[in-house]
Amino acid sequence: MGFKHKDIIGLQDLTREEIQLLLDTAENMKEISDRDIKKVPTLRGKTVVNVFYEASTRTRTSFEIAAKRLSADTINISASTSSTTKGETLSDTALNILAMKPDIIVMRHAASGAHHYLAQRVSCSVINAGDGAHEHPSQGLLDMLTMRQKFGTIEGLKVAIVGDITHSRVARSAIFGLTKMGAAVCLAGPPTMMPPGIERLGNVTVCTDMRDAIEGADVVMMLRIQLERQGKTLLPTLREYARYYGLNPGNLPLAKKDAMVMHPGPINRGVELSSYVADGDQSYILKQVENGVAVRMSMLYHVSGGELPTE
Amino acid sequence: MNLLIKGGRVIDPSQGIDETLDLLVENGKVKEFGKGISAPAGAETIDAAGMIVTPGLIDMHVHLRDPGLEYKEDIVTGTRAAAVGGFTSVACMPNTKPVNDNKAVTSYIITKARNEGIVNVFPVGSITQGSKGEALAEMGDLKEAGCVAVSDDGRPVTSSELMRRALEYAKGMGIMVISHAEDLSLVGEGVMNEGIVSTELGLKGIPWAAEDAATARDVYLAELTNSPLHIAHVSTKGALRIIRNAKARGVKVTCETAPHYFSLTDDAVRGYNTNAKMNPPLRTADDVAAVKAALADGTIDAIATDHAPHHLDEKDVEFNVALNGIIGLETSLPLSLKLVEEGVLTLPALVEKLACNPAKILGIDRGALKPGSVADITVIDPNAAWTVEAEKLASKSKNSPFIGLEMKGAAVYTIVGGKMVFKRN
Repeated sequence: MGFKHKDIIGLQDLTREEIQLLLDTAENMKEISDRDIKKVPTLRGKTVVNVFYEASTRTRTSFEIAAKRLSADTINISASTSSTTKGETLSDTALNILAMKPDIIVMRHAASGAHHYLAQRVSCSVINAGDGAHEHPSQGLLDMLTMRQKFGTIEGLKVAIVGDITHSRVARSAIFGLTKMGAAVCLAGPPTMMPPGIERLGNVTVCTDMRDAIEGADVVMMLRIQLERQGKTLLPTLREYARYYGLNPGNLPLAKKDAMVMHPGPINRGVELSSYVADGDQSYILKQVENGVAVRMSMLYHVSGGELPTE
Repeated sequence: MNLLIKGGRVIDPSQGIDETLDLLVENGKVKEFGKGISAPAGAETIDAAGMIVTPGLIDMHVHLRDPGLEYKEDIVTGTRAAAVGGFTSVACMPNTKPVNDNKAVTSYIITKARNEGIVNVFPVGSITQGSKGEALAEMGDLKEAGCVAVSDDGRPVTSSELMRRALEYAKGMGIMVISHAEDLSLVGEGVMNEGIVSTELGLKGIPWAAEDAATARDVYLAELTNSPLHIAHVSTKGALRIIRNAKARGVKVTCETAPHYFSLTDDAVRGYNTNAKMNPPLRTADDVAAVKAALADGTIDAIATDHAPHHLDEKDVEFNVALNGIIGLETSLPLSLKLVEEGVLTLPALVEKLACNPAKILGIDRGALKPGSVADITVIDPNAAWTVEAEKLASKSKNSPFIGLEMKGAAVYTIVGGKMVFKRN
């Protein structure tokens, strides 16, 4: 079966089969990165523009490497060097980029819904590299790929997600993707960071005590706490946050013996994740990064029609 | 010009009239009504068979954007939109540039409306100077210049002390205070109703408590000061409960809601639709049901549009930076008529909320068709079917969530002071 979408804006918009396909393709793409010459001609002659309105090292680099391994030409535009500081609207920036005839725009933007807006206005493909607190589909896919590699399937897994759910696009994409693939999601975090109605998004339960969420979990996903973004009213101190909502060698044994520890990065060591856990045997954090390239290659490949080159 | 409106269903709740009658207008006034009136020489006759004839509709909450923000709307286009929507009078909010906090601005509005507008314009002055929430505006002057109420609409008075004094002072001047009841610290950076939809879309939510808490504060202050208070654009179940209870114990509080609060829920925001972004935000189905119930039991006195024109450039942007507000003058009547179809209101009850009560609340000499009344009349075809099309709207702005939707019911003739200012083709 083919992939019908021009854009990938969120995992909420994709079917279980489409997610499966993206993961299967990613699995095949992995092998390319292990070659001596890490390049295939699949997207030769295609132009991928990475527009990052928010700082990002990991995601932007990962998309860039993914595009290059598929032989696409890539250009990076970051907000600090672009016209946005001159007061240009998103619409004008988009139209100007479009005039240069890109095939795919990969964008990160601080506004939830910025990609819906963009995709309605451009004819090329749009891939969401993170929009506000809405979705971060490539992260959701790489999380699922990492889980699938270990467990063989996502169906039936218990996945705990701990942290600031309200402001997390990583959490939303994970919830949409995982529940669609048959996992049970348990959320934990201070109630100041738990958005209303989240339990209605599928097989999702909300725990106020983190220990309830991680108990018996196959996967524990810790979210980055960003005090600068989250303001002063949601938490007293990082110290107290670490005590009640941090993952450490003391509470990790509540999860299954072989549970995976995941984190979208960058880690606040000693806050949401203790270094012993981050660097321990159960940590899959670097595996996630590695899978990120494969997943993004798969996304680029499928939005550009998913056809192998004819030559 | 003299006018005979023949054979329409005349509904004037102020006199308890609801029957098929002829209505004669002479020299800008209602001359008489009855059966079988024949047209005097030179009088124009309107065949109103199958139509509803009501006191001219009054929208007590609009933004005409004039002076200063004429790129969104002005008094000419705004009153034209009102006439098309069947409104013969509008009360315009003071958040212009400059703010209508002094008689010079009030006089400008009144003069321009008289010279270039086609419906009556009743200005609302500000509660505080510059609507900054720091010092009271000169309400005596504002009233004398022609303001019918004061409001810091869109920028609620955050200081409870100042609001208390505003209510007391306004009572002394005999002018009504209209409150935009929202607790701004609870609103924070919220851009839509807080709930399952905001959670799904990853947009910052505005909790219902922001409106309920502010409504409760203002109701208590009205009670404390024994002053009349009107609460604008009520959208939550809780705020309505507070107002209902206050009315029951004799507090002099009245309120309005807007058609979007009984027509849409926050589901309309899906797809990041900036034309579904306003303040207060669209709420849940539960709140919509509560608004309808409050219309039915009389808790809500008036329907007002909060007509808030914005330029395309201010709406065609990312959701969180889009400005709040939608236009409403041209869609209010059909959306309100739907309440009759749904059995929420009888036609006379609807006319009360669209004409009689706004006149009463603002203390203006309108909202009735008694012999001698100013002949502000709306003739409505309740069955007219039409589609909302952006390019056909009279308003300068097109920010409506109803564009493309089918409507039933429209004003056919809008008559202001005996003069036909709008006729539907």
